[in-house]
Amino acid sequence: MSGQLVAAEGLPWPPSVGDFYPPDLAGPWVTKFTLMIWLAVGLLIIFFMATYRNPKLVPSKGQWMAESIYGLVRDNIAREQMGKDGIRFAPYFTVLFCFIAVTNLFGVTPGLQISPNSHIAFPIVLAVITYVMYLYIGVRKQGLGRYLKQSLIIPGVPWPMHVLLIPIEFLQNFINRPVTLAVRLFANMFAGHLILLVFTVGGFVMLASDNIFIQVTSVFSFLMAILMAFFEVLVALLQAYVFVTLTANYIGTSLADGH
Amino acid sequence: MYVAAEGVEHHPLVPIWQELVIGSIAFALLCFVLLKFVMPRMEAMYQARVDAIEGGLKRAEAAQAEANQLLEQYRAQLAEVRTEAARIRDDARADAESIRTEILAKAREESDRIIAAGRESLAVERQTIVRELRAEVGGLAVDLASRIVGESLADEARRKGTVERFLTDLESAGAR
Repeated sequence: MSGQLVAAEGLPWPPSVGDFYPPDLAGPWVTKFTLMIWLAVGLLIIFFMATYRNPKLVPSKGQWMAESIYGLVRDNIAREQMGKDGIRFAPYFTVLFCFIAVTNLFGVTPGLQISPNSHIAFPIVLAVITYVMYLYIGVRKQGLGRYLKQSLIIPGVPWPMHVLLIPIEFLQNFINRPVTLAVRLFANMFAGHLILLVFTVGGFVMLASDNIFIQVTSVFSFLMAILMAFFEVLVALLQAYVFVTLTANYIGTSLADGH
Repeated sequence: MYVAAEGVEHHPLVPIWQELVIGSIAFALLCFVLLKFVMPRMEAMYQARVDAIEGGLKRAEAAQAEANQLLEQYRAQLAEVRTEAARIRDDARADAESIRTEILAKAREESDRIIAAGRESLAVERQTIVRELRAEVGGLAVDLASRIVGESLADEARRKGTVERFLTDLESAGAR
């Protein structure tokens, strides 16, 4: 890597894409990222199994927490986006929300410090599931022909406009939706990690400088890193919320009758 | 942090296929476990709680309504009982009054009857006595007179008439 300034303590500067691909731990199957995915799955299963092993009408603290998450997704996402039909999807949405939120929060978890979702493979898996789900549900509910017609043809438009609109609608509904879903999550986590790297590593680089003025300025870099870490928590939860809300919205349009 | 392995700079938009596989399997496992063992109970609990709360409210409302109805019923009964009691009291008072007047009337009648009977018997007695006295006094007077005069005048009807007249005069004088 030419032009890379390797500062004291061996920190790579500036941060690059290479920072997102640490060396494999034991071959391509066992990496930091795959282990983090298993960790997230394990944590969530343990959390829900522990808090919901013996549910009571008057909940314990853990049960209440688990139910709050479920209630948030059920009432604020599923029912908001899809109406009463959405409630039967609430369990899946809850799992999806928790998985994304936990893996996103790994980006600001000490010791892990990076979200698995900054590797596009994981957002792709989730977006593909959403994609298949809303296509399957749409076709099953309305039949292939009606579903395509509803997805592609905007009613009440003069027919020559369809020459333009049908490709746009096709692009919108069948290509952009899954791609943006995956890329939005990936890019947010990728950028978030990069920002944290810039301010944290940048701070160390400045601290290692010979110039006293630059050394003092590094304080602002660290402060900014702390601020951005808090910001990343917000982004992590927000992106989980957005992903699930859009999934609910897409499935909702597949279930809806009109355009 | 490490510098990436020399040479192969991975493009961030190209997924690593092993990660696709791991991600799919891991997420499928997560979904399987949670959707099978946790989420159905969570929805059931949610419904149960809604039922419990709404059911509780409904039960409370029903109980309230029943209580109100009972209260209303008791009030009505109380009012009924009060009017009934008043009616009974009035009846009793009227009865007592009528019984009193009846008894009074009976008593007065009885007393009148007794008094009348007394008077009658008195009058009869008096007459009897007067009659007896008249005979006796007449006899006594004649005896006396005959003793005084020394001769018996008893057989003479003329003298008898004189005594009778004298006594009548006496009686009318006494009655006056």
